[in-house]
Amino acid sequence: MGRVPQTITEKILAAHAGKEFVEPGELINAKVDVLLANDITAPLAVGEFERLGVPVFDPAAVVLVPDHFTPNKDIKSAQQAKVVREFARRHNLPNYFEVGRMGIEHCLLPEQGLVGPGDVIIGADSHTCTYGALGAFATGVGSTDLAAAMALGETWFKVPESLKFVYTGKLGPWVGGKDLILYTIGDISVEGALYCAMEFTGPVIENLPLDGRFTMCNMAVEAGAKNGIIAPDAKTEAYMRVRARRPYRFFASDPDAKYKKVYEYDVTGWEPCVAFPHSPDNVRPVSAAKGVAIDQVVIGSCTNGRLDDLRLAARVLNGKKVHRDVRLIIIPGTQAVYRRALEDGLIETFIDAGAAVSTPTCGPCLGGHMGVLAAGERAVATTNRNFVGRMGHPESEVYLANPAVAAASAVVGRIAHPEEVV
Amino acid sequence: MLEGTVFRFGDNVDTDLIIPARYLNTSDPAELARHCMEDADPAFAAQVKPGDLIVAGTNFGCGSSREHAPVAIKAAGVACVVAKSFARIFYRNAFNIGLPILECPEAEAIAPGSRVRVDLETGTITVVDTGQQYRARPVPPFMREIIAAGGLIPYVKARLAEGR
Repeated sequence: MGRVPQTITEKILAAHAGKEFVEPGELINAKVDVLLANDITAPLAVGEFERLGVPVFDPAAVVLVPDHFTPNKDIKSAQQAKVVREFARRHNLPNYFEVGRMGIEHCLLPEQGLVGPGDVIIGADSHTCTYGALGAFATGVGSTDLAAAMALGETWFKVPESLKFVYTGKLGPWVGGKDLILYTIGDISVEGALYCAMEFTGPVIENLPLDGRFTMCNMAVEAGAKNGIIAPDAKTEAYMRVRARRPYRFFASDPDAKYKKVYEYDVTGWEPCVAFPHSPDNVRPVSAAKGVAIDQVVIGSCTNGRLDDLRLAARVLNGKKVHRDVRLIIIPGTQAVYRRALEDGLIETFIDAGAAVSTPTCGPCLGGHMGVLAAGERAVATTNRNFVGRMGHPESEVYLANPAVAAASAVVGRIAHPEEVV
Repeated sequence: MLEGTVFRFGDNVDTDLIIPARYLNTSDPAELARHCMEDADPAFAAQVKPGDLIVAGTNFGCGSSREHAPVAIKAAGVACVVAKSFARIFYRNAFNIGLPILECPEAEAIAPGSRVRVDLETGTITVVDTGQQYRARPVPPFMREIIAAGGLIPYVKARLAEGR
């Protein structure tokens, strides 16, 4: 049999299913390298897993990060976190990350070298697709799927069809990974990649730093995708070399691989953009959003809580003051990001501007704590979802943007282009 | 055969509408059920009766991976969700916890408040009053194996017992 052309997603899945090749639509059992859960999803998974009465297939492969409602916001969430902590102790899981040594899961795992190119990763969190930025197959699952995989070390997948996105041209100032992915979701809609792999390619992606790549793959699920993925390259190698805890393997799509559809975008002249309530595909250029008065700004999350994101925000906030009617909340994605931001003077810039800076938590993104909105309030957030009630009251509104737009908006008091401030 | 009253929702019903994150500090099904669909239809949890159905448009269950979403729907008494399409994580989660769901291209034609009968075996949906029938996509064989075992955990238990 001749060589079957394969996409990067198909190659990784085939390698983990012990097959020469796989085809879209095929149901496979694949070995899983890393399994992840958090303080919301792990308790359900723990309950299901304990019904099986078996040991964890590989304690080092299971990563538990209490990050959503931590440091715990109430008694109920403390009970949930306790279930996770005690499970980790009972099963001697080395990769349990406690408050003070943790981070937002999708910022933390790559930083800690726990995930790498060529891996298959499942997480009981929809934004697990973030790790595709390293050239891994990573996808979100539910708690029961995770429980089963903790026992078996494998799970079943339907091999997704792949969509190819090619970005050419020159990125303008203040335009980055967040804008690329928001424009893409705005173009194809929140169901435009349903069940598919989104493969991000082209010279713009090749030039995009890892932090921007994480942001893009993070939001693949917002278009309904199973995974987002970017072919690993020299930038990936440089990132992994100092972090990897296991060997990793680069895969790349064959030039003649089959795609369900190919999208081509020339990004030249694109301006930063904003996703209006209440859907991540309700995307408009920031110039069409100016004048929307806001009450709160959140900079952080698994989408934009990395060092590059904080640096961008600090460039805008340097020497400026947050508008008197606005609360600016900045949340570094991990303890290491927090530390580095402190060393580099970013935190000083934020505090001088009048921002609240918090220990890593998902908190406000999902309306959990640390910045819940009241009825009628509006927020600009660097997070990933602006569904009804996402950040609090069902009558509140969330506008999604990049960290520079978010920071500028905090200064101006309404949605603003960074150039209005800098 | 299932029979119940239809509660209708639109496209892109996300998991924050199904069960808002502010209630995720518990995984107790009965408590989750009390807030099911709260931000989409505050009266839903009080009105839904055991055996009733949710019928929706495309991309039902989009957003987060929270299994609390199908758990809340099931615990609220809903016997089946029929939608034009489902978000993929919700699709897996529903089967894994034993909530039947059907993909029906004509889901939007089914009127709110109507009584319908659903045959999961054949994927046939029948409106009781008019006799009008709609066809849903058959459940893939692989998923039927999991359902036959009683959900994913019993399925895995059986596999482990076989020494695989």
